Amino acid sequence: MQDQEVIREFLVESYENLSRLDQELVRLEKHPKDAALLDSIFRTIHTIKGTCGFLAFSTLERITHHAETLLSQLRDGQRELDPALISLILETVDATRTVLAAIEAGGEEGQETFDTLTERLRAAACLSPVAAAAEASAGHERPEAVHSQEGARRSEPDSAAPVVVSSTSGVAHPAESAKPHAAASTTPAASGPLVARADASRPEEEGSRSSAVADANIRVGVGLLDKLMDLVGELVLTRNQILQFNTEREDPALNATSQRLNLITSELQEGVMKTRMQPIGMVWNKLPRVVRDIALALGKQVRLDMDGAETELDRTIIEAIKDPLVHLVRNSCDHGIESPDVRVRAGKAPQGRLTLRAYHEGGQVNIEIGDDGGGINVARVRQKAVERGLLRPEQAAKLSDREALYLIFQPGFSTAETVTNMSGRGVGMDVVKSHIEKIGGVVDIASRAGEGTTVKIKIPLTLAIIPGLVITSGGERFVIPQVSLLELIRLDGDSSDKHIEHVHGTPVYRRRGSLLPIAYLNNVLGLKSSESADAVNMVVLQAEDRQFGLVVDGINDTQEIVVKPLGKQLKGIAEYAGATIMGDGRVALILDVLGIGQRSGVMTESREQSRAVSDQKAQKELEQQRILLFRAGSFDRLAVPLSLVARLEEFPQSAIERAGGGQVVQYRNRILPLICLREVLEPGIPALEQEPDPVQVVVFNDGDRSVGVVVDQILDVAEEVVTVRQRSNRAGLLGSAVVGKRITDFLDLNCVINSAGDNWSQGTGGPSSGRRVLLAEPSSFSRGLIRSGLDMAGYRVLEAGNLDDAIRQLEQQPVDLVIAALDLPTDGSSALLAAMRLRPEWSGIPLLALAESSAQTQSEAIRSAGFHDCQTKFDREAMLESLARLSAALAPAERAAAFAGKES
Amino acid sequence: MNMESSPTASESAQARPGPGTMMQSSGQFSTFFVADLFFGVDVLCVQEVLRPQQMTSVPRAPRVIEGLINLRGQIVTAIDMRRRLGLPPRDGMQTPMNMVVRTEDGAVSLLVDEIGDVLDVDAATWERPPESLDPAAREIIRGVYKLPDRLLLILDTDRTVDLGGGVPLSANSGIGRQ
Repeated sequence: MQDQEVIREFLVESYENLSRLDQELVRLEKHPKDAALLDSIFRTIHTIKGTCGFLAFSTLERITHHAETLLSQLRDGQRELDPALISLILETVDATRTVLAAIEAGGEEGQETFDTLTERLRAAACLSPVAAAAEASAGHERPEAVHSQEGARRSEPDSAAPVVVSSTSGVAHPAESAKPHAAASTTPAASGPLVARADASRPEEEGSRSSAVADANIRVGVGLLDKLMDLVGELVLTRNQILQFNTEREDPALNATSQRLNLITSELQEGVMKTRMQPIGMVWNKLPRVVRDIALALGKQVRLDMDGAETELDRTIIEAIKDPLVHLVRNSCDHGIESPDVRVRAGKAPQGRLTLRAYHEGGQVNIEIGDDGGGINVARVRQKAVERGLLRPEQAAKLSDREALYLIFQPGFSTAETVTNMSGRGVGMDVVKSHIEKIGGVVDIASRAGEGTTVKIKIPLTLAIIPGLVITSGGERFVIPQVSLLELIRLDGDSSDKHIEHVHGTPVYRRRGSLLPIAYLNNVLGLKSSESADAVNMVVLQAEDRQFGLVVDGINDTQEIVVKPLGKQLKGIAEYAGATIMGDGRVALILDVLGIGQRSGVMTESREQSRAVSDQKAQKELEQQRILLFRAGSFDRLAVPLSLVARLEEFPQSAIERAGGGQVVQYRNRILPLICLREVLEPGIPALEQEPDPVQVVVFNDGDRSVGVVVDQILDVAEEVVTVRQRSNRAGLLGSAVVGKRITDFLDLNCVINSAGDNWSQGTGGPSSGRRVLLAEPSSFSRGLIRSGLDMAGYRVLEAGNLDDAIRQLEQQPVDLVIAALDLPTDGSSALLAAMRLRPEWSGIPLLALAESSAQTQSEAIRSAGFHDCQTKFDREAMLESLARLSAALAPAERAAAFAGKES
Repeated sequence: MNMESSPTASESAQARPGPGTMMQSSGQFSTFFVADLFFGVDVLCVQEVLRPQQMTSVPRAPRVIEGLINLRGQIVTAIDMRRRLGLPPRDGMQTPMNMVVRTEDGAVSLLVDEIGDVLDVDAATWERPPESLDPAAREIIRGVYKLPDRLLLILDTDRTVDLGGGVPLSANSGIGRQ
């Protein structure tokens, strides 16, 4: 037990020392005559060696012993320092780290013995100084380092060392002219143990370390600090309660005391917060080493400037940004900064410059990693995105440069090929981004071709106490972390209904011209909705790179909240990030914006996921038809299923142009053909009223083709189960149904679009093109709706109203796919399936069953019935997806093969 | 759901893996009532007993979780023992007491109907829970002490608060399964 404790202490101390070593060694390379520096390095190695011997870690002792020998030769002036020697010592440091990690993991030194390294160290230490340097520098040809005289090296240090470290956190280059021998004569062993300093960020401030520095710092367990933080949080809450109590009573004595309590508590809170703060220099310490290694390996010259190393951050955040920072710096050196000859050709200094900046701004910490390299070639990024299949060429072309730049944050953008490709950056940038976002941070990137790239990271000061917006919903209070908050929107009174529209089953809000998906917190959390909705309060949130509106009952105020974790029983609930205690002593839950977004389905990535776990209520909503209602000509109430609608747009009359004999409008950098619905439905009849300006256009999309249908007015979005249905004989109309207690004509979209001469539904060469689909569905009305969806996707649709019809159709012509409603008369689609199984030539035709409700699609009986898939009737997207899958599996000539592949 | 009669009815209870033997030697139990059941928890596991607290409900949480309470700055999950045991809800007038127990995952409050005395029990009266016990209850009951006038059911607190790895249970199931 005692041993464990000692070893743990040893590990903590050694790690601390090693990270300082990295920095000091790189600096030593720059100032080879800095005796104080050399002394410090020697002492650190010596301390590790000594402790190893004491704890019987023989491998470690052996390695460090030889390094110590080398260092003592250096210190005593017996040999010259050169980059190769530094590399050798750095390698020793790495080996030491490896062994320490093994000790940490298993208490043992591990299998590796580092024989080669030991041998090289030993050889270097034994040989005469000049020969040793030559030996050690075998990998890196640096003859001038061997032959150069002391004076020569001093005069041109920049050419010898690839890295220059300068830091505003105090790079007084101490004791450049110090007498090495005098310094060496002090007894390093005695002062060895004192080098452990808690404050390792500014080791340069004192020329030499005195014992006073060590005495002024003590090591405190993080657990204790966390506990203190918790207690202070509690004290703050109690203070709040006392203050509230005080305002109710007018007792001067109590008043004075509570004021004092108030002050002391605030000060204590600040103090304890500070104990958890660490300068960002803690992380930056290891960067000079990283830069040096990369620069050396790639033959580049990099100057690293660090500004604001003293900027403080909560230790949990420091921990979290460590890896992303190293990654970004590595990227800048590797892909950003060019090799010296390229730089010279571009008219820049051969030495590249990498700048790290950190500063506080608005309660957040900003970190910038900038280089003056070649910048990101946006055209290459676009090209790459297309090659990787992330974007279609025309999509890539549409992106602005800035948007294209953001592509490098896409998962899957970085691949092994990108790593070796010097023109592009973006090695694991998605990982960097997700790490930063996990702690509530934001990553931004700016790049100018030829001038360099700057990555800017914004992170909160601390995770323990965060600003949050307190909201009310369903009678409960919740807190939304302010980092995710973009804006608050209040829709007043009558207008609130009109402001929230529905597209493709998702409620949306037109926010400055673009559609914002909306979630209702009451629905997401299954809370009781409050009836008194005289206004809609909406919180616009950002999760990852997506924005959505969250409708809540009330918005209270913003507060600094102390984040507390939830118990194990509640960990699995994605909607919450934690809990906090409010001023009145009650608990309030902190919402996890990402979880809420995913749960409500406003974030597309998770749509499948939310479908799988979504509750009954949400499913019921899906089963209702969402219908877009509009007016055209003398038809006061026309409708199309919203699932077919891509967008609603308004165009000024002046934007409408004529091309190819039709009306078109420029829309998103493309030409959108327009069809005037009134002219299609009532050809030859002049308009009764003046053409509205702007014109209302319903945009329908299929893949990359779009068409706009001009209507007179968009009326509403209805959300209900369509009841009475009657087929129409009129061209352009499917039939009538009652929507919102009024007779409504449903548009035959396919007919409308074809009548306008657009060859819309002609095959595109996709898997769907020309496939014959038999649609067996009893209701002619539903059939019409489904058919229009299929027509638009390029299928050739045959219709059947019952089992006999279906069989007749199958007998009359070859059919590739069958879609059959579960309620097909007389015995449902399973009867059709059974009938098809009996005929060998039909047994291979995939059969997609259509259910009335999504609950039905999940039922075990349906799953085991042997259908190739089952979808709900009006979920067009899912149905088309399923059909595409089924037809892709279908080899044109061989139906039997498709049958074999039915498991898929 | 009257479990009091079942232990005597099944003397031939078969061996069931569990911490039974260890429990037999333990001496003192804090007792409480849930419906007509009389429960005991090792007195060393009990952190404190509280009057009804202000509760913050957690939407979307498993049904057995009544809500969160603020226990001197620590946020503690409260589990309704009636629902945990699959018992009918208590009538409107009755406010549950909080029995805060220490578990591997920190403090958890068990909402019980009424708090009883701390009892010394005779280890010889220990018996394993009867096989015929409702599975919902058997999972979290370690065993039974046959007191002279009634039966004392010993609760396994770690299992009581384990709702199956934090995955929300379906709304209908009152009891988590492992």
